[in-house]
Amino acid sequence: MATVVDRKHPFKTSLSSKFLWLGLFAYLAYAFSTLDIGWNRFVLGLDQGARLVDRLFPPNFARWELLLSDLIESLQIAIIASVLGIVISLFVGLMAARNLMPNAISIPVRVFIALCRTFHPVIIAILFVKAVGFGAMAGILTLTVASIGFVAKLFAEAIEEISFKQVEAIRATGAGFISTIVFAVIPQVFSRFIGFSIYQLDSNLRNSTMIGIVGAGGLGGTLFSAFQRFDYDFVTAILMAIIALILVGEALSNLVRRIFQ
Amino acid sequence: MSRLEIRDLNHAYVSDKPILKNINIDINEAGVIAIIGPSGTGKSTLLRCINRLIQPTNGSIIFKNNDVANVKGKPLRELRRQIGMVFQEYNLVERLSVLENVLTGRLGYMSAWSAWRRNFTDKDIKRAFELLDFVGLSDFATQRADSLSGGQRQRVGIARALMQEPAILLADEPTSSLDPKTSVEIMELLTQLANDKGIPTLVNIHDVNLAKRYAQRMIGMSGGKVVYDGPPDGIKDEHLKTIYGGESWLQ
Repeated sequence: MATVVDRKHPFKTSLSSKFLWLGLFAYLAYAFSTLDIGWNRFVLGLDQGARLVDRLFPPNFARWELLLSDLIESLQIAIIASVLGIVISLFVGLMAARNLMPNAISIPVRVFIALCRTFHPVIIAILFVKAVGFGAMAGILTLTVASIGFVAKLFAEAIEEISFKQVEAIRATGAGFISTIVFAVIPQVFSRFIGFSIYQLDSNLRNSTMIGIVGAGGLGGTLFSAFQRFDYDFVTAILMAIIALILVGEALSNLVRRIFQ
Repeated sequence: MSRLEIRDLNHAYVSDKPILKNINIDINEAGVIAIIGPSGTGKSTLLRCINRLIQPTNGSIIFKNNDVANVKGKPLRELRRQIGMVFQEYNLVERLSVLENVLTGRLGYMSAWSAWRRNFTDKDIKRAFELLDFVGLSDFATQRADSLSGGQRQRVGIARALMQEPAILLADEPTSSLDPKTSVEIMELLTQLANDKGIPTLVNIHDVNLAKRYAQRMIGMSGGKVVYDGPPDGIKDEHLKTIYGGESWLQ
């Protein structure tokens, strides 16, 4: 005989989640009302936009030499910073992994990684431009720091997810710490590490075209001054160069991926 | 002087809850020595203390004139490399090839720099191939370890342990993840090694009958203590009752 049990409805939405939604909509309505972002404002802007588009074309490649040298500089900044950042991340990530390192090492290293991640590359770039002066040096340092913040964190997390049984087996053969890392840890995380590195290279290519805006070398600086002088046709040329750069980066990452898989 | 002397060994993961209580074992003979006992009685802990994957709370483990329980760093690694270990779940490095897995048995004899460059000696590589041949896996040398079946993986595990040229072999439930037929094959392999190469081989095992069939000596453990230590035919039902408790399962 089945007894009827008074169970709670298993999929009932909780009261607190209803309040959360209500709160979100109330805030959106308030935010809209305080900012000047109505339809009229948009139409007014469109008018300006049409004039901009008109002046963007045709692109002007008259200063192609400047463009090319900036482009090469951006590419160099991105690649050097990626290599530096990834190599440093390898060690930093290892030291941040809580399953391999004592807290005395992993906690300070984690704080360091968190610091690298805290600020947007533009803010870091401003700091480095002030510290080491205008140019590619500041750009490379900026993107290296940004790379450490991203790759080292993900690498540490990948190491923390490895199977420790394999590590134990290698340790049981009498292998030392570094040999154990080389034979039991790296094989388990290598393909993920390649993935993070490629992603970071991609991201550095994009960012290398932006940090120039604050004077840290590359295309960004030229782009910014072209905007300021209303050289919109040159702006288009620069934007097209950036698209080309990103495509080169895409081809580069595919190549790396193919080699390592 | 025995090859391995375990003296008054105690271990507790949590203080006041000892897993191993005053273990005393002498290992001197080659051949399979089976350790039987219920789950959670400390069989694995005992083996892991012998090669110091676990630091025992107190007691001593005398091996090659050294107390394994009280060494650190390089001396510990030099003792460890002479103790082979075979695991229940094989514990191969899955993304490395079968050959590389076997060669990891030499890591204790190499510098980190050589290990990084995969700079194994020709002698080691030749020996690795011989061992793969011995365990019947020479065709699989370049395959990745995760492409093998359970029985094949365990053979690689055994080859890796032999690569260390061990003075003693530990096998922690080597057959528990395998089917009955493969289990017998693995036990045969371990017994053959233990007898032909003269390696004392300590095997943790659940299956009492399998243990009786291959072991020349059996150690029964219960509640963290050794309750039987002697020849396999000396084990009677009343021993099994003390070791495992109850008797209905013996019918």
